[in-house]
Amino acid sequence: MVEGVLTAAAAVRLPPGLRRVLDSDLWWSFSRSPVTVAAAMVALMIIGGALFAPWIAPHDPWDPASLSLLDASNPPAWLDGGSWTYPLGTDNQGRDVLSAILYGSRLSLFVGSLAVLLALLIGVTLGLLAGWCGGLTDTIIMRIADVKLSFPAILLALLIDGVVRGMLPRDAQSEIASYVLIAAIALSFWVQYARTVRASTLVERNKEYIQAARVIGVHPAKIVLGHLLPNVIGPILVIATINLALAILTEATLSFLGVGLPPTQPSLGTLIRNGNDYLFSGDWWISIFPGVVLAVLILSVNLLGDWLRDAFNPKLR
Amino acid sequence: MLAFLVQRLFQAVLVMLAVAVIAFALFNYVGDPISSMVGQDTSVADRERLRQELGLDDSFIVQFARFVGRAARGNFGLSYQQARPVGQIILEKMPATLELSFVAATLALIIGVPMGIYTGLHRDTWLSQLLLAVSLVGVSLPTFLIGILLILVFAVMLGWLPSFGRGSVVHFGWWSSGLVTLDGWRAIIMPAVTLSLFQMTLIMRLVRAEMFEVLRTDYIKFARARGLTNRTVNFGHALKNTLVPVITIAGLQLGSIIAFAIITETVFQWPGMGLMFIQAVSFADIPVMAAYLVLVGFFFVVINLVVDLLYHAVDPRLRLDRERVGVG
Repeated sequence: MVEGVLTAAAAVRLPPGLRRVLDSDLWWSFSRSPVTVAAAMVALMIIGGALFAPWIAPHDPWDPASLSLLDASNPPAWLDGGSWTYPLGTDNQGRDVLSAILYGSRLSLFVGSLAVLLALLIGVTLGLLAGWCGGLTDTIIMRIADVKLSFPAILLALLIDGVVRGMLPRDAQSEIASYVLIAAIALSFWVQYARTVRASTLVERNKEYIQAARVIGVHPAKIVLGHLLPNVIGPILVIATINLALAILTEATLSFLGVGLPPTQPSLGTLIRNGNDYLFSGDWWISIFPGVVLAVLILSVNLLGDWLRDAFNPKLR
Repeated sequence: MLAFLVQRLFQAVLVMLAVAVIAFALFNYVGDPISSMVGQDTSVADRERLRQELGLDDSFIVQFARFVGRAARGNFGLSYQQARPVGQIILEKMPATLELSFVAATLALIIGVPMGIYTGLHRDTWLSQLLLAVSLVGVSLPTFLIGILLILVFAVMLGWLPSFGRGSVVHFGWWSSGLVTLDGWRAIIMPAVTLSLFQMTLIMRLVRAEMFEVLRTDYIKFARARGLTNRTVNFGHALKNTLVPVITIAGLQLGSIIAFAIITETVFQWPGMGLMFIQAVSFADIPVMAAYLVLVGFFFVVINLVVDLLYHAVDPRLRLDRERVGVG
């Protein structure tokens, strides 16, 4: 089917930019892997649903005025007692599960991608610094990285979250919860970027183009940002894709543990946590549907990341 | 070897010191423990008395020295939440976590290694493909979701296994064990499976990748050319050589199992250190958090050290590499 779409696309006259994309190696290897295409489609669907949640969600789950306890704990539409007003059923307060999932994945993706971006920023900066400056700067940064690396990321994120919780008054916590979470996840993920960037910086800095730039007196900041950075960023983007899945997972886990996003701003993890309390009364849909969406999202991002890694690895070509 | 040992020991001490500083900084600068311990109507004089009793009005150096001195003897002060010695609380919770981690690690090894060997030897059979697909799904499913699904199926729908707690435990001195009663075994099945799944898939993929690597080498080809049976080649020659990295990773994973136990313990309300830590985080119970941090830091440092030394002792190539490229 993909092949058919491609030939059809090739027949139509295309703008040169798109033409180049369709002719590239990357697109070729992408279109040859049905699993990857499927993963990309699923991921795009969930991301689209999250982005357009306010327009496509059947209800506004966080508008208390629209909630009615009469509609609480409705099962999904295809079961006895369900109705198509609430396709995936409602939770204990009468919130539409489908709408809650759409809004929830919006938050999950928001926190996850910002956390990865922040980790990228911290990691790349420190990696460039360590690799370029060498000496004491290098030693200090890499020792911190070693210490950090001896703990699992989830533990560190929990700890940072716990500390900030202790420092802030209770009412301020829920307002900035998502930013605390972003910082906590980013601070527990930067090491991998820093190490990779440092390693490639050490290789690149002795190459001729860098030496030449130095000799003709280009400002060091310009060398690092203009010449070095573009040459070390490639592998980083692959790691970032794989880490996006991990960041979303970490956010969901922290929220599930009750130290992430509060019930007033529920992400997928918070939704699962809420629903978990009603599992024993048989209302499985409150936690299982957000769980399925979360698992599918992570699986598809993981598959995309795996494909990217293989596509960028010249050994496997 | 001696230089390496000294270097590693030095690094371990450094890590422990860093952890201690963080733990102490937590103690000192996060929140006001007094206001979280007393009620709204406690008088200022009472608050001051409590502050003095807990030693919170001393100088930084005095407090840090006292913290390190006490921590070395396992004394982490009083829990803000329960007003009991933290050391005592941890000692009560530790057996639960260690038993869970031990069962999970064993499970991961005795299932993960054979699956890895199978998928490594028979890479294109449908069973291999199935195992790999399942392992990918296993990696993508969040731990807590696996736990919830298990509870839904085996506790709520089928009613076969208990959904929370340790079942009945037997006390041996300060150690409480759930592994000597049938009830305890029934209670540990679901948490242990949940906790071990991720490590199991990791070990399986690792063994598989290592098997591929080793089976391509010349000495395996020679062994085959000499007419040795498949069994001898696969298990006597290939498997033996894959086990070095597997032992290393499995050792390192023991640390993450203890950390990931936090999630599993929360899902199954397992009364261990992880659940204690989560409760401490949501109550901002700093002494408990600090003690847990130091303890887990200690576990990690010891495990890393032992694994590093083992690796060094087992794999002679590592020694050569290190000499060639210098330290690090």
